[in-house]
Amino acid sequence: MTAAAYRGVVVAAPVSIPYVRYSTKDAHWFLARALSALLKASGLTKDALDGLGVSSFTLFPDTAVGLTQHLGLSPRWLDHLPYGGASGVIALRRAARAVQCGDASVVACVAGDTNHVDSFRLNLANFSRFARDAVYPLGSGGPNGNFALLTSHYMQRTGAQPEDFGKLCVAQRDNALRFPSALFRKPLTLTEYVNARPIADPLKLFDCVMPCAGAEGFLVMSEDRARHLRIPYARILGTIERHNAFPGDTIQVRGGWAMDQDHLYSQAGFGPPDIDLFEAYDDYPVINCLQLEGLGFCREGEAPAFIRNNTFTIGGTLPFNTSGGQLSLGQAGAAGGFLGLVQALRQVTGQAKNTQVANARHALVSGFGMINYDRGLCTGAAILGRA
Amino acid sequence: MTDALKRPHLRNPILPLRLPTLPPAARSRAALGLSAAIAEGRFDLQTCHDCGQVQYPPRDACANCLSVRLTWKPVSGRGELISETLLHHSNELYYRERVPLRLGLVRLAEGVTMLTHLHGDCPKANADAPPPVRVRAHLDKAGQATLIALPATDTPNMADDRMLREMTSDPKFRKVLVTDGKSATGQALVKAFVDAGADIVWAGVAEPWKQPPGFDAIAKLPKVTIVPLELTDGRSVEELAGSIGGKVDILVNNAEFHRNHGIADRRGVESARAEMDINYFGLMRLAQSFGPALRARAAEGSVPATAWVNILSIYALSALPGQGTFSASKAAAFSLSQTLRAEMRSAGIRVVNVFPGPIDDEWNQLVPPPKLAPAALAKSVVKALQDGVEDIYPGDVAQDLFAKWRESAKVLEREMWDQ
Repeated sequence: MTAAAYRGVVVAAPVSIPYVRYSTKDAHWFLARALSALLKASGLTKDALDGLGVSSFTLFPDTAVGLTQHLGLSPRWLDHLPYGGASGVIALRRAARAVQCGDASVVACVAGDTNHVDSFRLNLANFSRFARDAVYPLGSGGPNGNFALLTSHYMQRTGAQPEDFGKLCVAQRDNALRFPSALFRKPLTLTEYVNARPIADPLKLFDCVMPCAGAEGFLVMSEDRARHLRIPYARILGTIERHNAFPGDTIQVRGGWAMDQDHLYSQAGFGPPDIDLFEAYDDYPVINCLQLEGLGFCREGEAPAFIRNNTFTIGGTLPFNTSGGQLSLGQAGAAGGFLGLVQALRQVTGQAKNTQVANARHALVSGFGMINYDRGLCTGAAILGRA
Repeated sequence: MTDALKRPHLRNPILPLRLPTLPPAARSRAALGLSAAIAEGRFDLQTCHDCGQVQYPPRDACANCLSVRLTWKPVSGRGELISETLLHHSNELYYRERVPLRLGLVRLAEGVTMLTHLHGDCPKANADAPPPVRVRAHLDKAGQATLIALPATDTPNMADDRMLREMTSDPKFRKVLVTDGKSATGQALVKAFVDAGADIVWAGVAEPWKQPPGFDAIAKLPKVTIVPLELTDGRSVEELAGSIGGKVDILVNNAEFHRNHGIADRRGVESARAEMDINYFGLMRLAQSFGPALRARAAEGSVPATAWVNILSIYALSALPGQGTFSASKAAAFSLSQTLRAEMRSAGIRVVNVFPGPIDDEWNQLVPPPKLAPAALAKSVVKALQDGVEDIYPGDVAQDLFAKWRESAKVLEREMWDQ
């Protein structure tokens, strides 16, 4: 059964709080700045926000609940989103239904994390019960080890070459050079990519995201409200989410997108050829490949050939991670799960400035999150359309 | 092929002593089941009582049928190496000192995927034709279960693999102190450690004028040095620690005082006190004198200080009324050893407890067979160190009583009345 259309609901006000490698502030500080930026972008007052969706790893011991008192908000609808890299798409789907059904009229969706000098290590040590029991004790703290295992297997299975992953990374860096707040603003060459120092074979330095601090946000409201506020907005043409897809697979060779892509495109009424740009979740290049395959741009195992046949730059074929993605901007914790959605929103509302893709009508956003043990569990995708 | 372990060089005294660090030790309560099993030498995985599904990592319910009736059952460890990586960095101090680190994903025959360390002799992972491997559970330096995949068949010098050695306490090239090297068990232990390639075996003796049969031959073995050690005398223990405490890599607390008494049919506490003085206070004196240096050297060089062995008794778990005071002193020592284990854990020194049944020696002359030969006991101690096991129950009687104790300590207590 195809889900009901998001009729009358729109998404607006893309905001990003510039990323920094380390911060002395707490997550609350970054989330406050994101909310404040949303008010400024929309002209709304704080009281008008009657819905709030929050995603953050470092908000502990608080959740979205504590944040309401911390920031003096009294929402009648509240959502805490522990989906990591899939939190942006999922925040959007939840908020859109809340607005559509009248449970909230304006939902502020924010994601942000701080990065203290030691917070990454502490976060890894207690990331999940399975990670604490069966991954971290072996020295493989964090996603590097896990993605190395997935990447190695993917390369053997599909014949993907380092140059294929490198091409995506270099194209994203090209895009990042046009994005003022990217943490990595030095051009990257394929030679530099291939010759970088090893991190976890076969991953090298430029395959891995850099943890940092920052925040992202957007607003979900009725189309009438957005029009009344005179702010640019985008339509939600389709969304999917899935958790713990294909649990029987020995190793992750696909994500939940492969289960749900038909549902996504049937909501939108068109398919991959009509997508003008793709904001994928890119903490490591191999996961880009699983998204290209799972969302129908090519068949399973054929992403390497697809990469060889496309350019992925802003002016090229299938513009991909047009702000530079996390590989060039850094991974600000849960904000990494919002980054693609916020940039897609800029694109279809014509606010992407130097990174603007010409005639961007349909933007595909995809999310991937939570390496609970040996694989990522949360996947999601959304298509935003120009209003 | 694994390079054979080389005899370590003397430590350069001007270089800093490497301080011991531990792998991350936090585990959920369910995951501690894996540690508890492997501490006794069993590789068990959670198995659903209702549907039979084997699962890993450990959970609170069956992921197949949601039953909460989960039991631990032995698994073969046979599996296939699906993918691997060589980690060049780690966020944890312990692993930072040990990179690069070879890790793999193994699909076990039971259908679970496990992240494991990889023995250096494992063939390369291959996505199309995954090579067979054997997964073994071991205790790591933190005393918790960890996994390592070994090649499908044994290879030369296999035990000398860098990561495997982190999980074991092989006596090879190590310096060992055996307290009471004169008793039948003591002599057997000294010989077994010499045979296992120990660099030095110090045999502690309390009464130098006594020369029991066989001891002369043991004392003449190369690598063996006789040292004075009277466990009832704190100064004697201190003096020996002052002389060799900074060199001992494995301490085997073997000295015991053993009489065959109950309590109601005699008067006085003298022999019971003598048992406590050696079996219980002796352990405490040793721990206070040798423990700190052992801990301090737990990460020194290629063959660091590694283990503490207590020869206890299966009657520490359930008293043998005919040897009531002896059983009580061993129970006291067992309890103390648990504290010692907790205290040694901060440095990764393994405390191995040995629970033999009656040993075939002068104090068990009237005990009917089967009795444990001292040489068999010594062999099982060396094997426990080589295998990295924490508790062993050598001999048929110990195995039998331990099985009964696990099943029901209260039933066993009644059975002991007639032993």
